[in-house]
Amino acid sequence: MVVAFAGGLLIGLAAVLLMLAVGRIAGIAGIVGGLAGAGPGGRGWRLAFVAGLIAGPFAAALCGAPLPEITVKASAPVVVVAGLLVGFGSRLGNGCTSGHGVCGLARQSPRSLAATLTFMAVGIAVVFVTRHVSGE
Amino acid sequence: MRVVAALGAGLLFGAGLSLSGMIDPAVVLAFLDVAAIAEGGWNPALAFVMAAAVLITTVGYALIFRRRAPLFAPGFALPGSRSINCRLIAGAGMFGLGWGLVGYCPGPAIAGLGLGLGQTWLFVGAMLAGMVLHRVLIERPGIQPSSGSSRA
Repeated sequence: MVVAFAGGLLIGLAAVLLMLAVGRIAGIAGIVGGLAGAGPGGRGWRLAFVAGLIAGPFAAALCGAPLPEITVKASAPVVVVAGLLVGFGSRLGNGCTSGHGVCGLARQSPRSLAATLTFMAVGIAVVFVTRHVSGE
Repeated sequence: MRVVAALGAGLLFGAGLSLSGMIDPAVVLAFLDVAAIAEGGWNPALAFVMAAAVLITTVGYALIFRRRAPLFAPGFALPGSRSINCRLIAGAGMFGLGWGLVGYCPGPAIAGLGLGLGQTWLFVGAMLAGMVLHRVLIERPGIQPSSGSSRA
């Protein structure tokens, strides 16, 4: 759990750096979703952030952390449906785990608290149904 | 400088997701599986990650907002909306549904693109399609209010 806490500290530092330098919330859905509508001035920093995000695990590996192993057990159709829901839902609800769950809570935003409690509760319910009710 | 700072923030964010294990959807699902608390297999890591991240961000934001502007932009772009409405809850509900099905949310999915798993690309592709769909169906190009508005 020490590693989890340390990872969380890095995520917090990232959010602080982005606000200090660019004045923006480090919400991944907002940064990526804003790419389409952004003017020339709004596109550069967004692309740079996304490039850094993809390179991040390799940067951590250079500093001695192991490259992470990832497992996706869901089938391809479920992955597609989930991706559509996450993409659409994060735009409709103006935020995702990072935007509402980290930056919004840090700003003591009631909207972000409501959104975070909602997606946590629904996520927990979905996992309960898929793992313990429908019997996998 | 904006680009360099954003690249640095992205690197820190991706490194944090990787180090904390949140880049692996299986770890996220193991947190959401609260029924496992009784069985002893519950993984509380996500709570530690969020607690650390919120702590640092709360302190950092409080210090930063004493300034009149960020270092490399004319002003702070903060979400202005304050109402907890149907749109917010419906969006968060849809988000939670997709999150619980696979264990991916936007940050870990994009940070995992370089790790060579096809399902990650499939998820990110579908997620971008979902964002475009929202833009086409809800935002309606043309009557979109100030495209510079930020989102939490």
